[in-house]
Amino acid sequence: MTNFLSDGVSAGDIVLAGIKAVIAFVICLVATMLMVWFERKVVSRLQNRIGPNVTGPFGLLQTLADGIKLFFKEDIIPSRSDRFVFQLAPYLSLVPAFLTFAIIPIAGDFSPGNDGTVTLPGGQVTGFQVADVPAGILFFLAMSSLGIYGIMLAGWSSGSKYPLLGSVRATAQAISYEAALGLSLASVILVSGTLSTSGIVQAQAEGGFFGMNMIVTGFVPFFVFIVAGTAELNRPPFDLVEAEQELVGGFHTEYSSIRFAMFFLAEFMNTVTMGAIIVTLFMGGPSAWFGLYFLGWFGGFVWFFAKLLLFLFMFVWFRATLPRLRYDQLMDLGWKLLIPISLGWLLVLGGIRVAQNGDIGLFESNTADVIFVLAVSLAIMAIGATLLQKAITNSAQERLASRGLRSVPTQQDLAASTTEQDGGH
Amino acid sequence: MLLNQFLGLAAILFCIGVYGVLTRRNGVMVLMSIELILNAVNINLVAFGAYQGDVGGQVFALFVIAVAAAEVGVGLAIVLLIYRNRRSIDVSEADLLQG
Amino acid sequence: MGNVAEVIVFLISGAIVLGGGLGVILNRNPVHAALSLIASFFGVAVLFISQEAHFLAFVQVVVYGGAIVVLFLFVIMLLGVDRAEQVRVEQLSMQRPLAIVTGVMLFGLAMGGLFLSGPGGEEGAVAATGQQSAMVPIDETEPNVRQLGLDLFTRNVLAFEATAILLTIATVGAVVLVRNEGAEDLVVDEPGTSIG
Repeated sequence: MTNFLSDGVSAGDIVLAGIKAVIAFVICLVATMLMVWFERKVVSRLQNRIGPNVTGPFGLLQTLADGIKLFFKEDIIPSRSDRFVFQLAPYLSLVPAFLTFAIIPIAGDFSPGNDGTVTLPGGQVTGFQVADVPAGILFFLAMSSLGIYGIMLAGWSSGSKYPLLGSVRATAQAISYEAALGLSLASVILVSGTLSTSGIVQAQAEGGFFGMNMIVTGFVPFFVFIVAGTAELNRPPFDLVEAEQELVGGFHTEYSSIRFAMFFLAEFMNTVTMGAIIVTLFMGGPSAWFGLYFLGWFGGFVWFFAKLLLFLFMFVWFRATLPRLRYDQLMDLGWKLLIPISLGWLLVLGGIRVAQNGDIGLFESNTADVIFVLAVSLAIMAIGATLLQKAITNSAQERLASRGLRSVPTQQDLAASTTEQDGGH
Repeated sequence: MLLNQFLGLAAILFCIGVYGVLTRRNGVMVLMSIELILNAVNINLVAFGAYQGDVGGQVFALFVIAVAAAEVGVGLAIVLLIYRNRRSIDVSEADLLQG
Repeated sequence: MGNVAEVIVFLISGAIVLGGGLGVILNRNPVHAALSLIASFFGVAVLFISQEAHFLAFVQVVVYGGAIVVLFLFVIMLLGVDRAEQVRVEQLSMQRPLAIVTGVMLFGLAMGGLFLSGPGGEEGAVAATGQQSAMVPIDETEPNVRQLGLDLFTRNVLAFEATAILLTIATVGAVVLVRNEGAEDLVVDEPGTSIG
């Protein structure tokens, strides 16, 4: 690693970075447009409707038509709003969504002996991502935490009560689920041993299909990441931020015209990016399964989008089938289930790692050590889960008691009261 | 780059923060100004670390960030309490102990 | 060219840092001040990256940008104190001029320390601070994170654990401080529906 500033930046580097940024921008935009179409089409099918089918073949151009329509609508700024922040918020939402895409390797040949880079005619070696940042995956966390500001400030600056409620909900939700997201991410970093996204893909490519982080980390971080990621996106079933039945339209109620279009775009772009991040972290990104490498770097592109489509379909499927959670259920799920599980699993993975390195030495072989560590940590996790459950139930009952309410009758109470009544007759 | 350029920048930021702490009466704003001061310190620590060729400076800055997070948590809880008792977060009104 | 790029990055990020800082203390509206604070933090993160502290730069954005300022905004919105501070009679007379004087004096002190001190004494006005910012480059063969981790868990492990305890105490303390005994109007989670 060299200091990019003192070593100097050549004109070629700048041109290359510009070209890569433009290509990534176009891919991201087109993917987002197709995603909007895909979501509408699939949801329609799942609801026994046809969906957009007029504009262009299969209605493919519907998003473009909607976008052009929104461009020409009147841009309304409420008189009670904070004008500056109101106009700034859509950009704060859209820009992080774009930027996250910069660290995702979208193509490249990761077959054995290759590291996914190509050498350009000018002699520059480059990977198929805009920026291979040394601590790349942290960039994703940073950007996803910045994306909150767009929603938060949009709700606040509208000067209206439903958007404010929506944005307060969004903030609380995003903070809660970011912890689970970060902890399951830590498991991936632990097994991959690197923070760079291309490094993570390479570490998975070495193991083939069974080298995928989804399998190596033992599935739990994968599922936690999907749930927390869906919540982070504010997508159903975690879309309390824009629950139509309660909050009109949520944080973007007061927005119209192109500013609304930007929020809409940011939302779908975030969905695509989150899918891409899951593919990169857990499914091996552009590396092929079962050694089915073909066509060099272009094969990586095909593999990447095939895997991405899987997750995009999953997000749409969630939306079409799952009912929305209540707010307290949402918080319970985040704080009482996802965070303890991902934290516990991270400790288990760490323990296994230490045992594999042979640093425990209780038994002859490392395998026995690993089994021992696994058994002990699972036992500790079981005890911890029981204690946590007990504490949660106890505090809930205490709270009920302190409010002078009778606790919600349990099965035994009900049974007892029935027998009492029976006895009285 | 010279080391004292970083240190000079940090000194200016530090003084801005001190001015903010001394003049703002909104409790939340006072806490924000304290964050500015801590950031000035972080700039210094990282600059000294780079100067010495040692990651110690960065590790120290990491600790400062962690402590700042704790400080903000408790600080905002106190602001919340002041608001609950006095319906205002003006720190100059929290003067019950004044003789 | 390398040095030029370095200076340009320093100038731009320095301007953002100071502009954000001024925005924090001059904006009447707390939400605008919080936005300036984010800008300032970003400038600091760029300064970190220009000095090879990649991990720290991201931690700066995630913790300050993602958690601390969000917390600030959350409290501002929750209390509904987001309208501009009323300009009333100042309780301490001369508070503002005195604060300016204090700030300028502190700055003078720091500048004096920067330029007048040093191993050379009075005549050696060129202090250690007048030298290149990276005298000894940090070992560049190893990733920044690995170096940080090694240092954190060997030399500073005690401080690390103390920080962990501090954070726990702060969390518990914050919860205890704002707990509203007996007046909870939150949704009661009945036993049986809790997911944990």
